[in-house]
Amino acid sequence: MGTPGLQQNDRVILEREHFPDLLASLHTRGYQVVGPTVRENAIVYDTLQSVDDLPIGYTDEQAGGCYRLKKRGDQALFGYAVGPHSWKKFLHLPVLRLWSAQRTQNGFQIVPEHQEPAKMAFFGVRSCELHAIAIQDKVFLQMAYHDPAYQARREHLCLIAVNCGQAGGTCFCASMHTGPKVTSDFDLALTEILDEHRHSFLVEVGTALGAEILQDVPCRATSSEEITQAERIIADTAAQMGRTMDTTDIKDLLYRNTDHPRWEDVASRCLTCGNCTIVCPTCFCTTVEDTTDLTGERAERWRRWDSCFTTDFSYIVGGSVRASSKARYRQWMTHKLASWIDQFGTSGCVGCGRCITWCPVGIDITEEVQAIRESESAPGPGADKERNT
Amino acid sequence: MSMTFSDPMVPRPYRIRRVRHEILDTFTLELEPEDGGEIPPFATGQFNMLYVFGVGEIPISISGDPANPAFLLHTTRAVGTVSRAMQALKQGDMLGVRGPFGSHWPIEQAKGLDVIIAAGGIGLAPLRSAVYQILASREQYGQVTLLYGARTPADILYRHELERWRGRLDLDVFVTVDRAESSWRGSVGVVTKLIPRATFDPGKAVAFVCGPEIMMRFTAAGLAARGIPADQISVSMERNMKCALGFCGHCQYRPYFICRDGPVFQYAHVQQLLTKEGI
Amino acid sequence: MRTLESILAAHPFFHGLDPGLMQLIIECALNVRFRPEHYLFHEGEQATHFFLIREGRVALETTATPQRPVIIETIETGEVLGWSWLFPPYCWHFSARAIEPVRAIMLDGICLREKSENDHRVGYELMKRVASILIQRLQATRLQLLDIYNVNGESGGASV
Repeated sequence: MGTPGLQQNDRVILEREHFPDLLASLHTRGYQVVGPTVRENAIVYDTLQSVDDLPIGYTDEQAGGCYRLKKRGDQALFGYAVGPHSWKKFLHLPVLRLWSAQRTQNGFQIVPEHQEPAKMAFFGVRSCELHAIAIQDKVFLQMAYHDPAYQARREHLCLIAVNCGQAGGTCFCASMHTGPKVTSDFDLALTEILDEHRHSFLVEVGTALGAEILQDVPCRATSSEEITQAERIIADTAAQMGRTMDTTDIKDLLYRNTDHPRWEDVASRCLTCGNCTIVCPTCFCTTVEDTTDLTGERAERWRRWDSCFTTDFSYIVGGSVRASSKARYRQWMTHKLASWIDQFGTSGCVGCGRCITWCPVGIDITEEVQAIRESESAPGPGADKERNT
Repeated sequence: MSMTFSDPMVPRPYRIRRVRHEILDTFTLELEPEDGGEIPPFATGQFNMLYVFGVGEIPISISGDPANPAFLLHTTRAVGTVSRAMQALKQGDMLGVRGPFGSHWPIEQAKGLDVIIAAGGIGLAPLRSAVYQILASREQYGQVTLLYGARTPADILYRHELERWRGRLDLDVFVTVDRAESSWRGSVGVVTKLIPRATFDPGKAVAFVCGPEIMMRFTAAGLAARGIPADQISVSMERNMKCALGFCGHCQYRPYFICRDGPVFQYAHVQQLLTKEGI
Repeated sequence: MRTLESILAAHPFFHGLDPGLMQLIIECALNVRFRPEHYLFHEGEQATHFFLIREGRVALETTATPQRPVIIETIETGEVLGWSWLFPPYCWHFSARAIEPVRAIMLDGICLREKSENDHRVGYELMKRVASILIQRLQATRLQLLDIYNVNGESGGASV
């Protein structure tokens, strides 16, 4: 028994007792389902075999440099925000062999790597994350060159999105206009409705694929009260956000403040550990490594994630262009919030807050922007401040 | 141009036809495709990624003649792991080539105008292609001047070619070195000192500048001070490069990816950035 | 046949100089030539003149290096050679040797210093122009000091 005949924009109710059928429908269609699960005291993304793999009854408490898992009083399936993983690890692989080569009598022969097409379903994607995926789609599929590895994994991707029922401690998607409400690029979007009386999900159909998946899943029609409640949940989430990013004129603000003393200030705190670049769902930098085996007969080219915070990221003959941590932090933040706009037409930031949570010293990107904005005409670090009074 | 039909990270095998030792640690490789096929057409100022088996891959500007497509020429210095390994290669050895990539010297916009080509050190390598292209249709341009600065007389690149060019009546060549022994008969001083020697109408001139970043910064500023508009001056920037496709992120220069928005830029677009440290 | 005045007025160093002041300065000027390998002055000598190079190339050399002399700069057509005449101890810091046939205007430094004491306008004009040359030289020398083409500081266009 399922729900055939649905179309894009239709909304139905899926009861908690039938939730496993949603997962089963994806499995039956040959999808590898990937979604949130608890591991090592954090909610990460990994393969889901059943609903029980979800972080049922868990929530997270996040702040600058702080992440804790806590038990909720209820059995919500999606009662948390985002963790250290983002979906990019499945589309833009952290480690990838590009090709291998064999030495021959008079040279060498290259064997390209065949990119196996994947059929994945991302289960529980938040609005900020949908924006992040779209941002990486732009980088890898819509510029002059297309990445075949990304394409092979992106082409058959099924997106089961979730509207956030609570704002995370470091979230600011509302001010980045990337959430919390899921608005596009999804196959199905779920809003979890949980109170004393019921546990159900408002499901919005986004595409024909989404409709097809629900064919095997028993749902019923929604009531207007349920629609209202779902909307209220999302509105409450938006109102809970504890921080905002003022994006007014942000590109020119950062471009013209290259020498602002705040950069020295953040550099004194930043460890250049690169955590922010690892957890950020849009950071995409990689390095290419050409290796050879001990005999020297076989060579391989590998691609792996890299971070602009490493000292040799910008190395050219004569030394690294960005030798100081100040230069590197400035590069990361300016790229994310300003240069990205020139390069790809949107901000690189989706307001997920991960960089704030996972920074060991709690550097808050929204605070840094605000500091620069407020003190734009501050005197230089060496100036005698008393002269201004 | 969208390249989805083949993997742009896979090099194409080329064979070394000739290795020419230039000066000191500088050498030129002459390459031809192993499969006997065509060398992809290139525009002057562009670069290829050259791969040495098992060692690595580096970006090197093309310094040959775009109108002579039989061979690919690359001049480089042995200063890093890959370039040193490249220097040890011999005639008949195989290299991997990807490209051409990047923007080019705006030679077509120089038609009917005076052209100043200002090179410093090995910066003459990417500009040599531009000189070839201009000389091939010499009548299409106004006054053409080549300014070249090197560290010492022993560091002058393509010396025989420079002497041949200087012998032409339709090309002014001025060479200077930073220091010299007393037997040197040429100019001594920074390359910016050569600018007043060039004959050009600033309102109807273009300039191509290539060399160490600081040399380009002062030379472009010196040319602009003579009245050449900043959008008529081009420079060739350099940054760490891993993929040349706009994916690895290493070659970023604030809003630009040097592998695709550069390496050739209008001076007007990078003028402010050139004065900043750590960009 | 051009007059000394018109030659001086045409040289970039005296560009825009008031004709009245030019009349005073001409009294200190002399047209000179040097053959290749001849020295215009030697390091350590009294600096009594300076030269406006009309044509040719002069090497500024130093024998301070223990081995052979090193040319640190060449002064060429349209440029000015020598400013030590204007500042105590009025002593040449380098030698100047003609590399090519040189035609120049030699200006008597002592004569000019006297005229400057008598008429400060002359002094001011000379100071302004020499200061401008010193600034250019300093900039150029700094660039030379940076050794911009050195082994660890530069590579071929986009090569790494």
